[in-house]
Amino acid sequence: MSKKSSSLPPLSALQTTSLSLEYDGVRYIDDIDLSLEPNRLSVIMGPNGAGKSLFLRLLHGLIIPSAGQVFWNGVPVDDAVRQRQAMVFQRPVLLRRSVAANIDFVLNLNGNRHRCNDILDNIGLLDFANQPARSLSVGEQQRLALARALATEPEVLFLDEPTASLDPASILAIEEIVTQAHKNGTRIIFVTHDIGQAKRLAEEVIFLHQGHLAEHTPAQAFFNAPKSKAAEAYLDGRILL
Amino acid sequence: MQEFSDALLLAFELIFSGDKDLIEIIGLSLRVSLTAMVVACALGLPLGAILAISRFRGRRPVLVILNALMGLPPVVVGLLVYLHLSRAGPMGSFGLLYTPTAMIIAQVILILPIIAALSRQILEDLNAEYAEQFLSLSVPRRAVISALLWDGRYALMTVALAGFGRAIAEVGAVIIVGGNIDHLTRVMTSAIALETSKGDLPLALALGFVLLLIAFAVNAAVMSLRLTTGRYANV
Ligand SMILES: Nc1ncnc2c1ncn2[C@@H]1O[C@H](COP(=O)(O)OP(=O)(O)O)[C@@H](O)[C@H]1O
Ligand SMILES: [Mg+2]
Repeated sequence: MSKKSSSLPPLSALQTTSLSLEYDGVRYIDDIDLSLEPNRLSVIMGPNGAGKSLFLRLLHGLIIPSAGQVFWNGVPVDDAVRQRQAMVFQRPVLLRRSVAANIDFVLNLNGNRHRCNDILDNIGLLDFANQPARSLSVGEQQRLALARALATEPEVLFLDEPTASLDPASILAIEEIVTQAHKNGTRIIFVTHDIGQAKRLAEEVIFLHQGHLAEHTPAQAFFNAPKSKAAEAYLDGRILL
Repeated sequence: MQEFSDALLLAFELIFSGDKDLIEIIGLSLRVSLTAMVVACALGLPLGAILAISRFRGRRPVLVILNALMGLPPVVVGLLVYLHLSRAGPMGSFGLLYTPTAMIIAQVILILPIIAALSRQILEDLNAEYAEQFLSLSVPRRAVISALLWDGRYALMTVALAGFGRAIAEVGAVIIVGGNIDHLTRVMTSAIALETSKGDLPLALALGFVLLLIAFAVNAAVMSLRLTTGRYANV
């Protein structure tokens, strides 16, 4: 039995209304109204500290906004919604167990019938199945974290700078798996500050700057002629604060 | 001094000849303290895990009290258990006073706070690492607890050993509720305490030596577990 329930409407369309997040009186996410169409590969960009990670956590319901709301196909984000989504963090959080046990953990959770070995084979880690997960290289660990997230059959997959500290081969492997998942119908929301990566992956770009939504533009238009000063400076390689 | 070296010689004779009384006493000590350890872990580890992942009002004071209970004086525990188990006490009808069961109960009470408090610390650190990932995966609470207990197992074994070490070495509680009755409730520490005063130095010394060995073995086990934990966690 998969956790996907066919009776529920799909979750792929997103809407946020006046979404704000404050810590100790400081606004880190400031009044963001954003609507995303279903089934795009959306990339969130912005300089360090822009609020990308916080925004992603809000969308996934990991943290509660100070004001405003997050809707997935009209449903306010809650436990049930989050259960149909998955997230890959910047630093992979792997269980202190074998590679295979990390996959089995989520398979048991969802009572889902995927075979662990098939999953590991797909990402080229079958030979390491019985090794401690934390003995893998960082790139392999991130691939495992990604495969584990996909093993939950999420309708929406969030990735928070998953390749920020990886070598080129590992980056490519991650991007290929993400692209494949997107083709298979998983809605992807991918955070990166790597312009090259955004160009390779994005169908649309959401640009955040200092907690504001600077712009939300189809990828081609964004890279040709961004609408916001912030994004323009960023793409020019100017330092953006 | 002559007396002491004679006694030492006799002590080693007892050990190497496998003296029956000696073996019986050591056996009972191990049985009582290992049972106490198992029972205290069965209760204390889940308690530690629940405290590690729960946020509730009054959590701070609970943790402070739990930490303070780690230093419970064994004689006080012995006295309290005695009062409950003595014929006039609320549980007097079970006739448990001066039995190994009474000693196990006392040692469980003594080491339960140690197991719960130390495991709470370890599991809270582990949970800090896992919490957001588990929230993302919507892992149910019970599965979180069992995952923490399983992934923390090597570190938790050192906690169990710390509890065992404390139980096997304490004398105050077992003397009061056990009574050091020959062939029934005589354990290593109570025998050392009471046989010394009766002048049976060889037996006391032999037991002291075995107790030291056990303490060393427990420490060696803890150290090798620490190495294993480190290796498994950070390679
Ligand atoms: N839990 C928190 N408490 C207070 N401030 C935080 C917290 N988490 C993040 N911040 C601050 O919010 C800002 C945005 O953080 P983040 O979303 O991580 O940025 P990025 O775009 O680099 O992912 C940063 O200035 C960060 O210091
Ligand atoms: Mg970030």
